Amino acid sequence: MIRVQAEDFDIGAEIAKLKSGRSDVGAIVAFVGTVRDQAGAVEEMTLEHYPGMTEAELQRIEAEACSRWKLQGCLILHRYGTLRPSDNIVLVLTASEHREAAFRAAEFLMDYLKTSAPFWKRESGPQGSRWVEASASDTAATTRWKKHAAE
Amino acid sequence: MSTRLLYFAWVKEKTGIAAEDVELPREVTTIAELMAWLKTRGPEFDHAFARSEVIRAAIDQTHVRHDAAIGAAREIAFFPPVTGG
Repeated sequence: MIRVQAEDFDIGAEIAKLKSGRSDVGAIVAFVGTVRDQAGAVEEMTLEHYPGMTEAELQRIEAEACSRWKLQGCLILHRYGTLRPSDNIVLVLTASEHREAAFRAAEFLMDYLKTSAPFWKRESGPQGSRWVEASASDTAATTRWKKHAAE
Repeated sequence: MSTRLLYFAWVKEKTGIAAEDVELPREVTTIAELMAWLKTRGPEFDHAFARSEVIRAAIDQTHVRHDAAIGAAREIAFFPPVTGG
């Protein structure tokens, strides 16, 4: 499942939905990305995205994770619009029989999302506003999945 | 047939527009050629595509490289490296 929305999300409710009606899930991993104030430098963060392509990319990434690991459930939920420090940005949930697949898939989804989903962050604060630059470490994090085949 | 061009983030800010429908010249066949042509369309475009090597592109909502052929693309987007998550 993928969702792109301006509204906040309720992690407990999303986990309950993922588990609803099934008793074969043994592990659920949740990753939540939130806005940092960076010691007062960020008062607001605006997320722009490419409607249509965003959904297509998230679906592609989800399908890739499902082909690499045996997942019983998966959710990628990403917000857009104007957010403030401590606000939620992204939620990734993965469910599997045992924890390893869920942990690895969640990490894979976040790494791929960060380098391929068309979102752009603009931060503003007392020093003005600027577009966040892509980080080399995010690219490196994605590249490592290309070296290792599915485990 | 016209092609829909989309611009995002600082590419959009520099061009001053989010989207437009453009009749592409026949000689423009790749993303790199399209960016070179866009640069000739005025100071805003020249500025937006000055560092064209860092700009990413998508054809019909799929990431492509600068040497990708435009072919029968309906929608071409230009944007900075993504920073979501």
